[in-house]
Amino acid sequence: MSEEIIKDVIVREDEDYIVNMGPQHPSTHGVLRFEVCLKGETIKYVIPHIGYIHRGIEKMCEAITYPQIIHLTDRMDYLSAHMNNEAVCLCVEDALQVEVPERVKYIRTILDELNRLASHQLWWCAFGMDLGALTAFFYGLRDREHILDIFEESFGSRLLHSFNTPGGLMHDVHPNFQNRTKEFIKYFRKKLPEYDQLLTGNVIFQARAKGIGYMNRETAIAYGITGPSGRGSNFACDVRKIAPYSAYDKVEFKEILLDGGDTFARYKVRMAEMWESLKIIEQLVDNIPEGDFTAKMKPIIKLPVGEYFKRVETARGELAVYIVSDGNKTPYRIKFRSPNFSNLFVMNELVAGHKIADLIAISGSLDLVIPDIDR
Amino acid sequence: MTMLNKQELTELILKMVPEATFPEGTQLTEVIVPADKLLLLAQGLKSHKDTDFDYLISLTAVDFITNMTMVYHIESVQYRHLIVIKTILTDRVSPVVDSVSSVWITAEFHEREVFDLFGIRFNNHPNMKRLFLEDDYGYPLRKDFRDEINIIER
Amino acid sequence: MNKDMSSKLYDFSTLTGSIHAGLSNMMSPGWVVFTEMILIGVIFLLCFALIGLYLVYLERKVCAIIQNRIGPNRVGKWGLMQTLADFIKLIMKEMIPIRKADHLLFNLAPFIVITSTIMAMAALPLAKGLQAIDFNIGVFYIMAVSSIGVVGILIAGWSSNSKYSLIGAMRSGAQIVSYELSVGLSLLAIVVFSGTMSLSGIIESQANGWWIFKGHIPAFIAFIIFLIASTAEINRGPFDLAEAESELTAGFHTEYSGIKFAFFYLAEYMNMFIVAALGATVFLGGWMPFHVGTWEGFNHIMDFIPPMVWFFSKTLFIILIIMWFKWTFPRLRIDQLLTLEWKFLLPISLVNIVVIAFIVLMHWHF
Repeated sequence: MSEEIIKDVIVREDEDYIVNMGPQHPSTHGVLRFEVCLKGETIKYVIPHIGYIHRGIEKMCEAITYPQIIHLTDRMDYLSAHMNNEAVCLCVEDALQVEVPERVKYIRTILDELNRLASHQLWWCAFGMDLGALTAFFYGLRDREHILDIFEESFGSRLLHSFNTPGGLMHDVHPNFQNRTKEFIKYFRKKLPEYDQLLTGNVIFQARAKGIGYMNRETAIAYGITGPSGRGSNFACDVRKIAPYSAYDKVEFKEILLDGGDTFARYKVRMAEMWESLKIIEQLVDNIPEGDFTAKMKPIIKLPVGEYFKRVETARGELAVYIVSDGNKTPYRIKFRSPNFSNLFVMNELVAGHKIADLIAISGSLDLVIPDIDR
Repeated sequence: MTMLNKQELTELILKMVPEATFPEGTQLTEVIVPADKLLLLAQGLKSHKDTDFDYLISLTAVDFITNMTMVYHIESVQYRHLIVIKTILTDRVSPVVDSVSSVWITAEFHEREVFDLFGIRFNNHPNMKRLFLEDDYGYPLRKDFRDEINIIER
Repeated sequence: MNKDMSSKLYDFSTLTGSIHAGLSNMMSPGWVVFTEMILIGVIFLLCFALIGLYLVYLERKVCAIIQNRIGPNRVGKWGLMQTLADFIKLIMKEMIPIRKADHLLFNLAPFIVITSTIMAMAALPLAKGLQAIDFNIGVFYIMAVSSIGVVGILIAGWSSNSKYSLIGAMRSGAQIVSYELSVGLSLLAIVVFSGTMSLSGIIESQANGWWIFKGHIPAFIAFIIFLIASTAEINRGPFDLAEAESELTAGFHTEYSGIKFAFFYLAEYMNMFIVAALGATVFLGGWMPFHVGTWEGFNHIMDFIPPMVWFFSKTLFIILIIMWFKWTFPRLRIDQLLTLEWKFLLPISLVNIVVIAFIVLMHWHF
């Protein structure tokens, strides 16, 4: 079926100097193409082109069963893989009205927060590297290896674990899990101030980040910018506080809200979130209740006819899962509202008037993972 | 002001759009409006001071074989009530509905995705262009989509 | 007094004088000059290659230590042969010809950069009397000759016929031209102190103490400004916007491959060596050992360390500082870079010069 080519509404004039950044580019962190229109060093507008890694996950999920969907959701925002899995599992469990054991809730929350830490560490080191502080890359990765080692011991894989399953977990965590997590917290509490020493207080870094890419609260809400990027503009969007799930209602933690609205505010929100994550893990890791690692589920999971909706807070924002079921063992339609999709399209508003170097800083502070945009 | 419950929301919406219907037994509060009243309801829900639905969570479409349904999940940041708006489009050959991008800016990009995957066009959309796929690829998420080369059916 | 103190050190001019005499006996004066030029050229090319190779290796090791890893350690003992292996690989690579590029300028650009580097290196004194050219305007000569490198960079960016290269070359050109002012003014500070522009003369004047100590605060300020401005001159450290690989691929040398890229790469490290050597000569005494005023005994002990070792260790010290900058700080944006120069460094340098002139007049230095 062929359609006529639709003309783009942005008129490109003859004197516009158009530079393409991507799809292969060291700082776009994925296959994304920015069509940047320059006037000298200043940017007039930027158009993101996506679809280079569109795999049709939503269509594929219509042909596989619910436990099999977990393996595909891993690969959307691969840095918060566990939280993506959890979203689908929670939606299915709510629909079947299954109560998971307490042990499962605690372990899921601890793994969520470890995943959030690993994701923020990778964000920090990539952000430093984009701005030119190449040493930051190695410091962040060095510490992230400890978390990935914990994951590997329990699940067998470092990044895409697919450990959740509707009803609970695939199997129990390794006996060493608690001790290693406690050791890691002690280790990382000593290392996290180093991050501040290297980047946060640096004059050059602050000059590159303060006042760049200002986004006020109305823009954040209108574009649906959630996660740390939205919280840097005083938009209280933390799903862990709005609609708590798993063990989040049992822990004390602060929702970090700053009203700077610029790159530096978004940076500080993520740094503070790392401290909060450590606090949450500390509160939970000693008190994991004994019990089953999964609830009793039927071998073939069929959701009753109807529509179900669930939201979780990934490292980058709010992930919402919307399942339409017609009673079969595969979903009729599943929709993933991914945080990066909404976060990307505010770029044009943020970069207008800035320089190319600021485009890199802004897209680093929005922390985009491209496979999540394309799905 | 506080979060409105289902009863109060129902009354407010009926005042704005008397043709709205409310299905029972759903997980969240849902309202089904005819396609020509959609923009009216969206503008009303956003601007009314008691509802203040300013955050569009998700905008998508579902292909039920006899019709296509647009599904909008919206929430109010201030009051934290969440509602689902649905519109049923009976024309499957070239479905058209109003764009709500004048109400919530993020809808502009979600609607491009829906156009890309389902073929539903939106009136008054600022940039009605496909997002992921090439211009001559069909509309994959429709239930009658067949791609002999790339997709293996079970 | 200065002449007395440095006269105890071995004077290379005796060696060079005897070579010259030997050659004059064998051939006519025209041929003597020609032979000497060939000799010096060969020695310099060897130095260029060896120092360049060693500096690339040093950078990789320093970078690795700062980043908490090991660095090259497999090719040869401690990885010393790594750079040699890399250059053999680069020589064997295909030099991709660009169809729409201006071929003459495209091929000329690396040579211009290398030429200006070698010419600057010629004026540096390695030990007493060991200097290829001993102008009485040494400082001015080095400044003038290293400015020719900018032309090479601009030509490289323009002739590549690529948007990225052009943007990179423009940025680089603006940056280098601006920072030359600060470099010149900070060198001028020591020229005012020592009263001569000739490099060997400046070193001789430091026989009773290096200028950074003798000139106390203003000389120290001039040294800091020199460090910052010369890092910007050589496109390094926090000022490497022109080749910022995370923004514009590789800036002005994006389209170069193979041996031509190797030239640019080598020239960058040799520029770093020259700038560090210049700083060591002018501020830290060059090949002059660490003397303190008239402490004869102490000075005598210091003299036992050969002057060439002094020269290279001071240069190494400054090179390590420059490398440290690069791996710690993030990059400056182009407008921040230029603001730094025109609004901060330049006014400070100018005021510094006036203060130094006053100090010299009133003999308030050591």
